[in-house]
Amino acid sequence: MTAATSTTTHGAEPRHGLRIFLIWLVASAIADPIIWFTLGPHMPPGAMSSSASGQQSAITLMAVMCAPVVLFVWIYFAYALIVWRHREGDEEDGPPIHGHARISAAWIAATSVIVLALFVFGTVELIVPNGAGAGEGPVPIWKPNGRPLQVQVIAQQWIFTYRYPQFGGMETTQLVLPQGQDVQFNVTSLDVIHSFWAYQLGVKADANPGINDVAYTKPEHLGNVRVRCAELCGLFHGGMTNVGRVVTAAQFQEWATSTQARLADVTKLLPPYATIYDPAVIPKIGQVLVKLGITGAGGGYYPPQDPGNGP
Amino acid sequence: MSLRVRVATLLVAFAAVVAGAVFVIVHYLLANPPVDDFTSLAKGGQVNVTMQTTPETTVSTRPDWVSYFTKNPQTGKWDHSTLLKLPANTQVNVTILAYDGCTPPRNQLWSKVVGTIGGVEYVNGKPVSTLNGWSFCSVQHTFAIPGLGLSLPVASPMTEKENNNLCATAPCTSGPHAVVQFSFRTPAKGGTFIWQCRVPCGGGFIYGNGGPMSTYGYMTGQIEVVA
Repeated sequence: MTAATSTTTHGAEPRHGLRIFLIWLVASAIADPIIWFTLGPHMPPGAMSSSASGQQSAITLMAVMCAPVVLFVWIYFAYALIVWRHREGDEEDGPPIHGHARISAAWIAATSVIVLALFVFGTVELIVPNGAGAGEGPVPIWKPNGRPLQVQVIAQQWIFTYRYPQFGGMETTQLVLPQGQDVQFNVTSLDVIHSFWAYQLGVKADANPGINDVAYTKPEHLGNVRVRCAELCGLFHGGMTNVGRVVTAAQFQEWATSTQARLADVTKLLPPYATIYDPAVIPKIGQVLVKLGITGAGGGYYPPQDPGNGP
Repeated sequence: MSLRVRVATLLVAFAAVVAGAVFVIVHYLLANPPVDDFTSLAKGGQVNVTMQTTPETTVSTRPDWVSYFTKNPQTGKWDHSTLLKLPANTQVNVTILAYDGCTPPRNQLWSKVVGTIGGVEYVNGKPVSTLNGWSFCSVQHTFAIPGLGLSLPVASPMTEKENNNLCATAPCTSGPHAVVQFSFRTPAKGGTFIWQCRVPCGGGFIYGNGGPMSTYGYMTGQIEVVA
């Protein structure tokens, strides 16, 4: 039996496509404002910094774009279950739709628009907040204007330390940042691979030995920042966390000045500030000790065959 | 082969696998050093803890690893353990008999004493707030309790002659060593705190804190504060 015969048998077929479209339109018109205005402000990771708010708006926009797609699938599914369910005595097949040029064109057009829009939006979102808080490697493409506060993040098993080259090169276990000022994180490691993840700031950058991974952000609101290592790095990886603070510019100056003075005795012992620290520096000290025959750790700390000792 | 024999073989093989798994779990995964309990020993709000570092761990299956030992407060003998139970809200007076030789910290920040009462440690009786770990020979390990903000360098014997004649049998009873003393306060609320050495001090682990630095009973441990 053909579709035409079927139509004749059961009367005029309603315009299912229009029905589904209208239901979908109404549902989307309800869902999207709810997502944008109600859920949006609560989307992770918050809006503490320029990069965080960029990520939050990106996630919200993605949700707004995805909701109509999800609703279309659900509505079509529900409509099919209700309207096209099997009825007693009805043994005919539905009309074939393959080769339907309008459906194919609509499908290709809709998906192309969505993908291209995401491509443009994603690219803009990387550029506008200067890399979106992600590590850009040693030669960042997107930089803020002006002179950002330099903060070096030094990862080591199992703690992050922070070095402030604009404050005498002091190094501290505290992450304190001023509100309203661009910050440049220079992220590196002294041993194995780690990852610096300052959640509320929307900053995440790999911390690899011998590499300076640069990430930017601009803290815009006061509060605490939970820092975690996001790369499995050994026994106490789970404990490699600390709480940083975003404070006012005046409070930051006060903290930096007092901390610089408090740490002056150890700061003068630190190596000169550099974007990376060659672990071979320590083996060289070790080689001297080996030469003198005074190694610790049972004499096994700097075995000559260790590749870290170099030639 | 009869069905009975095949079933019996299968059961024996299964039992062997289960026994092997149980052995691995019990002997390797669940094996922990003993816990030294200081909770009942506080007097006047203070408790004393004595530890030592050794260049080798001849009492263990890893004699080439460096290690901490803890003096058992009940027996006075050295336990090959780094698990401590301490009373809450108590001043803990720690003495470390540092028998290992010098090795520099990778990060010079660990040369600074932080988190102790008075912000100092006593090295052979003299108070110091910073101990240059990259000087000729001064530091062997660190003692850090991140959760309490405590970190300090553990001094080493300082001369070439001393470092060439380190104690060779653990636990050490004689030989060149430094005496490091410091005090810290346990929190009023109970909790569990990890502690570690931040010097990558194990042979063959120069790129990371593996081996003894990642093994309870050697250069890392746990402190349970009991309220």
